Amino acid sequence: MAEVDFNWMAGGPQGSGVDTAANIFGRACGYGGLYVYGRREYHSNIKGLHSYFHLRVSNHEVSANLNDVDLLAAFDAETVVRHIEEVVPGGGIIVDKDQLEIKTLTIQTLPPEFKSMFKNYLESKGLSDRLSDLLKDAEEKGIHIFQIPYMELLRQIASKLGIDKLSKIMRMINVLTVGISFGLVDYDVELVEKAVRTFFQEKPKIIEMNVVALKIAYDYAKKSFSNDFKHNLQKLPVKEERIFLSGNQAVAVGKVLGGCRIQTYYPITPAADESEYIEAHEVLKTEIPGMDAGVIVIQTEDEIAAINMASGAALTGTRAATSTSGPGFSLMVEGLSWAGNNEVPVVITYYQRGAPSTGLPTRHGQDDLRFAIHAGHGEFPRIVLASGDIKECFYDAITAFNYAERFQLPVIHLIDKALANSSQTFPLFETKEIKIQRGNILDEDKLKYFEYRRFSFTESGVSPRVFLGTKGGIHWYTGDEHNEFGHISEESFNRTKMMEKRMKKLEAVEIEVPISEKINFFGDKNAKNIIVSWGSPKGAIIESLYKLTKEGFSLSFLQVRMIHPLPSKHIAEFLQRAEKVIDVEMNYSGQLGGIIREKTGIPMDFQILKYNGRPMTTTEVYNALKPVLLNQAPKRQVLTFGS
Amino acid sequence: MALNWVDYKTDVFVDWCPGCGNFGILVALQMALAELGLEPHRVVLVSGIGCSGKVPHFVKVYGVHTLHGRTLPFAQGIKIANPDLEVIAIGGDGDGLGIGVGHLVNAGRRNLDITYLIHDNGVYGLTKGQVSPTLQRGLKVKAVPKPNINDAINPIILAIASGYTFVARAYAYDTSHLKEIIKQAIKHKGLALVDILQPCPTYNDINTKEWYSGEDRIDPKTGKPIPRLYKLEEVGYDPIVHNIDEELKKKIGAIEKAKEWGDRIPIGIFYKNELVPTFQERIIKRIPFYLNNPPAKQRINDKEDHPLTSIDDFLKELRIT
Repeated sequence: MAEVDFNWMAGGPQGSGVDTAANIFGRACGYGGLYVYGRREYHSNIKGLHSYFHLRVSNHEVSANLNDVDLLAAFDAETVVRHIEEVVPGGGIIVDKDQLEIKTLTIQTLPPEFKSMFKNYLESKGLSDRLSDLLKDAEEKGIHIFQIPYMELLRQIASKLGIDKLSKIMRMINVLTVGISFGLVDYDVELVEKAVRTFFQEKPKIIEMNVVALKIAYDYAKKSFSNDFKHNLQKLPVKEERIFLSGNQAVAVGKVLGGCRIQTYYPITPAADESEYIEAHEVLKTEIPGMDAGVIVIQTEDEIAAINMASGAALTGTRAATSTSGPGFSLMVEGLSWAGNNEVPVVITYYQRGAPSTGLPTRHGQDDLRFAIHAGHGEFPRIVLASGDIKECFYDAITAFNYAERFQLPVIHLIDKALANSSQTFPLFETKEIKIQRGNILDEDKLKYFEYRRFSFTESGVSPRVFLGTKGGIHWYTGDEHNEFGHISEESFNRTKMMEKRMKKLEAVEIEVPISEKINFFGDKNAKNIIVSWGSPKGAIIESLYKLTKEGFSLSFLQVRMIHPLPSKHIAEFLQRAEKVIDVEMNYSGQLGGIIREKTGIPMDFQILKYNGRPMTTTEVYNALKPVLLNQAPKRQVLTFGS
Repeated sequence: MALNWVDYKTDVFVDWCPGCGNFGILVALQMALAELGLEPHRVVLVSGIGCSGKVPHFVKVYGVHTLHGRTLPFAQGIKIANPDLEVIAIGGDGDGLGIGVGHLVNAGRRNLDITYLIHDNGVYGLTKGQVSPTLQRGLKVKAVPKPNINDAINPIILAIASGYTFVARAYAYDTSHLKEIIKQAIKHKGLALVDILQPCPTYNDINTKEWYSGEDRIDPKTGKPIPRLYKLEEVGYDPIVHNIDEELKKKIGAIEKAKEWGDRIPIGIFYKNELVPTFQERIIKRIPFYLNNPPAKQRINDKEDHPLTSIDDFLKELRIT
């Protein structure tokens, strides 16, 4: 099969439908049997500031972006300015013919720090700030400039639809560029139409408008630029069932399947989409005909209420979770400590974003690993689970509940913005093997014969659980140190025993949870060099690993999924064998590397870090790894790609 | 078998100061539970932090002693997950009107069918007598160096403004009246708040038992103290919103009554409105079987522990083949 690797980017002001365009583009490719991975980037702004979607199309599963853009669909001049350097020779730029004379340095939405940098760039190249000049320069590098009369095409669309005012259909520039794009790569337009119809389902009028726009644009491109563009996308046969979804959606579906019945949240980026997606599907079906189910999503007044409401719900035997990001998790910390002390099985889905403080609210980061592990006053057991890709987001959402209930502790499911807002095609999730493990629960019948103690001392530290409302099981909870019944106790001997009972549960996690659920290993076990990482860099690392292995380098990759309690013995076994340990993560200090050193004594020989708010691409991870393997790299490399 | 209030007692030692108003509240609560015949395992007491936070440990029903100010989030989480439970939230004035006031206000927006008892003594007892949000400006209680510089929050007015559909005030030492108010609050369909005036014999040396009884002002005719407290039901006050048109009028009337303080302090029910849908009723509109199969009762796995939930509706949207 011929290798397909086509990188498409759509960009425009926020509110102009970039996301919609990308979703339609991705689905259309998916319908044709192509695999897609796409990343969404946007400002903390409602309308007007630049946003873009970088989408990769392939004939095999892809899970990261490259630096390259093969076709840039620019809704506006700013998109050209910001991304022109990413477009590769042989690639193309779709641009509005009427905007060619725009003076780029006068674009209001470009911030001063960008303008001064861009001004230097133009001066160094001897270019004026006219967009046409910039495009001419690109053309000389072998980039096709597809000048499209956006307004003229919109007029045609308007007249066909019988719409009098162009302003009513300005938003359709997005679908217009999708049509042009697919026309240029000669893709089956019916698949695109299908994507439009699915995307706007239940809105027949909007479907009609968009289909008209799509076809006019598609035909225009075919007619005007036949054979100008070397890229070509053809549909492939698909044998399996596939889905296309984001990390937010994967977590939502996983939670629901895993039995989540109460989800609390306070609006925050990039977590809120998950809760809203669940709420849209609050009435559930079950495998048993006639048996109803429903999940209640509660938007609380703040994150303090969110975690405590979820904990309250969990005490009744409901699988309950809350979703948030860094600032919200900061507010949850006291509640987390309460849940730890009271052995509450509550799940916190933690979407990291650029921090500290408000930081980069809509951008990516993995800055909060140590925070997730250490948050809360006092010492109490918790599990911190980090998903590395969208598929893992789905499975881990279920596993998080299982751990929470089996070991009766809070579980923090760490995700990040790159996973939350990226979308990917996969074969349909395999759900046959999924198990729901609820741990040791006592019901009314079992309680008839003895006096129940909620926090009874046991071998493993895990005490049998009774849900609030169960007859014969009355017990108490308190944030104070407590005795076995759950009443306040400040007795020194009880304190020692109770601390040990709680903390012992971490040993149970170490023994009872198989290592296969805690780490993933890729590559040759005897490789000389080993990469260590966690979370979303996984995709770019694996792609780089395969490329470098093919080139003959001796390299493997250890992905840590359960970061607390850390499976340190196993990690040490892997790392001890290697000559070079390379830590790859999206933060300033190499937090996982530090934790591994603390727990195993093994230092990281090299660090590849990034903290500019944009996820790692395969291109830059590969480019950073290679010099390490060639003994030509500094100990610490900082990646900076992405606009 | 009929239950007696002593059936709701635990054998945990009650460690409040001698003469504490909490004793009256505890007994009134236990009597109310007994008289309503509520089975202990169906009742959950949720409390915050402070002297009042210890109440659940003394009552033989399910007890959840939570964090400072977070009584209501826990209580609401429990009630939404399992609406079959009788959930009673308990907190001090500092807990509910200081650190937790955001939750107090927002709970009013939901109108869940729960009862919220505020132990209102004007001070932070367990931290040794600082002023709480309900102490009047200018007063200097025993343990603090200076008079209170802040104005007081009126819990009755705040509750009415926030959407509570049952708002009452009672007095800790009038146990039988308090018990009746608690019973009515529990029976009320919707969110009920009871502001319980409660002397703190250790730290509030102003609003004392003697002050409430009016021992500082003797009626020259009878030679007896003139009590500061009077009962709304004894002056013909009607707190009930009978139809939705009179809601505003009743609210304004209740707020006017709530402003009375000092020489004459009303206790009793200020406001009661069962015409506002409860949160549960609102959920039923969206999830019709909610009460029959609430979150806490739903089966999520089969005998082999496989998930029972179908995700087909999600997958229908996500499928690209």
